[in-house]
Amino acid sequence: MVLSLTLISVGASASLGFVYELTKSPIEISMLNRKLEAIKQVVPAFTNDPNEEMFRLPTGEGDSLDVYPAKNGEEIVGYAVTSYTNNGFSGFIRFAVGFTPDGTIYNITVLEHKETPGLGTKMVPDGTPEKPEFKDQFKGKNPAEFTLRVKKDGGQVDAITAATISSRAYCEGVQRAYNTLEKGGLI
Amino acid sequence: MEYILLIISAIFVNNVVLAQFLGVCPFLGVSNKVNTAIGMSGAVTFVMVLATMVTYLIHVYVLIPMGIAFMQTITFILVIAALVQMVEIILKKISQPLYQSLGIFLPLITTNCAVLGVAILVIKKNYNLAEGIVYGAATAIGFGLALVILAGIREQLELADVPSGMKGVPISLVTAGILALAFMGFAGLV
Amino acid sequence: MNQMQNFTKGFLKENPILVLVLGTCPTLATTSSAMNGLGMGLATTFVLIGSNVVIALMKNIIPDKVRIPAFIVVIATFVTIVDLVMQAYVPALYVTLGIFIPLIVVNCIVLGRAEAYASKNTVWSSFVDGAGMGLGFTLALGVLGAVREILGGGSIFGFKFIEGDAILVFILAPGAFIALGYMIAVVNRINKKA
Repeated sequence: MVLSLTLISVGASASLGFVYELTKSPIEISMLNRKLEAIKQVVPAFTNDPNEEMFRLPTGEGDSLDVYPAKNGEEIVGYAVTSYTNNGFSGFIRFAVGFTPDGTIYNITVLEHKETPGLGTKMVPDGTPEKPEFKDQFKGKNPAEFTLRVKKDGGQVDAITAATISSRAYCEGVQRAYNTLEKGGLI
Repeated sequence: MEYILLIISAIFVNNVVLAQFLGVCPFLGVSNKVNTAIGMSGAVTFVMVLATMVTYLIHVYVLIPMGIAFMQTITFILVIAALVQMVEIILKKISQPLYQSLGIFLPLITTNCAVLGVAILVIKKNYNLAEGIVYGAATAIGFGLALVILAGIREQLELADVPSGMKGVPISLVTAGILALAFMGFAGLV
Repeated sequence: MNQMQNFTKGFLKENPILVLVLGTCPTLATTSSAMNGLGMGLATTFVLIGSNVVIALMKNIIPDKVRIPAFIVVIATFVTIVDLVMQAYVPALYVTLGIFIPLIVVNCIVLGRAEAYASKNTVWSSFVDGAGMGLGFTLALGVLGAVREILGGGSIFGFKFIEGDAILVFILAPGAFIALGYMIAVVNRINKKA
């Protein structure tokens, strides 16, 4: 009995270790690609490798965010920050927020969320062309002048109908990204 | 304060069965009598809290330091299987009638996706040990709540005139659906 | 029972989810679209075939007393393999199916077939059984996913055919329960008549 159990455990661990080694680099590559895709969406065109030059900045809340500088040659054209919020309707939402060096929001993309389909999910474009999106109202706005709170809370953001909590959380995530860059003296 | 939010969210807003779809098999299998449902919930709560604790400790102090996080699935499920064995032995000793009425559903707690699901979620959500235990306990309470409510409804349904094609599983599922709809209303709490 | 019957029993007569009502959790959770349902079904089928074959191969050397833990280890190994491979090669599906990939290990279908079939039959029969049951599961998930996606999202395989939203509740939790309930009722009727 001990022999067969050992055999099985050894066999299992060995095959898993093997598959793990095999898939380690494809997994890393696909994660990297997803990151680069996200960064491309939120900052102007760049020639460097933002992932190579990634650095972390403290948020001021005890943790830090990843900042990816996008450069055209030697000149910085934007920063992509992977921000988050834990206050989404279904909890955690992860964003990539792109700013130009003067602090203006270039674009935002949601990386990960579990919001309610049809409501909170409206913060993610559904692919219908020419349809105004929730996130369009953020583009080109500078959080130094544009209050990143929903109108209900005294800010300037139009919340998604019936998805106030998701909208609030979205603002919080973007604000967190801005605060982090500001604290770091980059904008 | 955070813990209160955690608890309310786990029991009502993101109810493990009605919103997250974990633990549906025993949900359908044990919910035909309120008494069995209560007994099952107790057993699941016990296993879930213990399992969350043990798997968390193993993940943080064994799997990660040794760089074998990919062994998570195997180790977690073996821990759960062992804990369920233990619960079976204990129950047999302290309450034979409950042991009998739970029958085959007791060893089936091992395959209750809610138990393994919660263990994995605690790691994914980066909870610490205390938060994990609270989350596990609250989830189990949510499971019990949904189970007992459905059992109560099914006991009543026994007396109703259900079309023959819908009897048993189909009508239970539709009832669960309506229950899930009701629970969606709790979203306004947080 | 010949191998053809062995293979097709999982499609209708003994469909693991619609008739045996096993594996309800992933069924409800991953069928918000046809593609997700099919993806989940195929991942489960891989594990099912793998574990059935290995367990049938080892059935004479696994002592009876520890067979359940032994089965679990074998199944968990295949699940982890599927998890790693999906993470590497189909990351989008991997993220969507999320926690339900590791949860294949507690999918009662897999343990159920190991216990009821693979531990008592030949390797080839177990392979066929695993494939048939797995495909039956995949079919059911695909159909349920399609129904929910069409009724709830107005799209099929991501291709939207109406403007805006449809009957949203079908992509949400309640819709899953209700749609599955009716599907089982329909299959019960079909099987009764046959």
